[in-house]
Amino acid sequence: MEFWTFFSAKPLLWLVVTIVTFIATSWFNRRLGGTPLLHPVLVSLSLIIVFLLLTGTPYETYFEGAQFIHFLLGPATVALAVPLFDHFERVKKMLLPLLLACMAGAVTAAASAVLVAQALDASLGTLLSIAPKSVTSAIAIGVAEKLGGYPSLASGLVLITGAIGCILAPPIYRILNVTDEAVKGFTLGVSAHGMGTAYAFEYGLMAGAFGGLAMGMTGAFTAFMLPLLIPLMGIG
Amino acid sequence: MLVGFLILLLFQLVGELIVVLLGMPVPGPVVGMVLLLLCLIIKGEVPESLRIPSEALLKHLALLFVPAGVGLMTHFSLLKADWLAILLALIISTGLTIVVTALILNPSAKKLHQLERE
Repeated sequence: MEFWTFFSAKPLLWLVVTIVTFIATSWFNRRLGGTPLLHPVLVSLSLIIVFLLLTGTPYETYFEGAQFIHFLLGPATVALAVPLFDHFERVKKMLLPLLLACMAGAVTAAASAVLVAQALDASLGTLLSIAPKSVTSAIAIGVAEKLGGYPSLASGLVLITGAIGCILAPPIYRILNVTDEAVKGFTLGVSAHGMGTAYAFEYGLMAGAFGGLAMGMTGAFTAFMLPLLIPLMGIG
Repeated sequence: MLVGFLILLLFQLVGELIVVLLGMPVPGPVVGMVLLLLCLIIKGEVPESLRIPSEALLKHLALLFVPAGVGLMTHFSLLKADWLAILLALIISTGLTIVVTALILNPSAKKLHQLERE
């Protein structure tokens, strides 16, 4: 077991574990026809959590390796400007309805989540961590911190919301007869942030671009809106 | 490729600086994204060196959420107490959000398609 003691403390091991697990779960997910129920992110993080618990590894040790992947979230967010630019003409024509949809979606997401959790007697920390659940992790962490919630719980709830959004969106699109790629992508970005955006790229590059636009708009809007909405709802 | 990646990092850096200087509640990378978009609009095209690393990163966007997600393991006791409230809140609110957003946007998309056909 000496090599385990040596390697389990090295960032390299946890970096490799994260990438290998993700490649394996992505392959598995494709074999199953891409079901969002077994989304590679959710399956990966479940497997990694089980592995860390079995080996008695603290999250901090794991993150020393995984932080190199986590870091790329920043430049990846900036990179969203590229597909956005590619479809700028279309975005320009639709700016007003897009803004309206984004604002209505963001308020619906935060208010309904807090109201349901409150009705079911969730603790205050949970309420404040669930409020930013529809925006990208990077923003949700900062917002939860400002509101007095738990940043890491918020980032976990963001991920679960992302998976739920990817599962719920296709059947809702069929029921509401939504066929336009841009609408599909934008709605996924508003309701399911980066995971919805990643999922939207499977509809096509344009859907992905609108997902990214929605994620950016919703994130920025939510960061300003929540500090006003939460006192209005009588919590915080 | 390397120059393109540097451009992404520089825009993120400027975004973070602006956020800190102005005390904005918006994350630096989002500000960086808006700035890069404005520069691309002014320039009128995406340089190939920027397109390659950008599309490579976006292709694997989902992987980048795994490390933060594993952090859920630090909140097991809270999850145990509130799991039903959390699950129902997430499912109901996410479904509502999709319906509201899609219903507002769907008529506009149809209008736009008609405009394009004319």
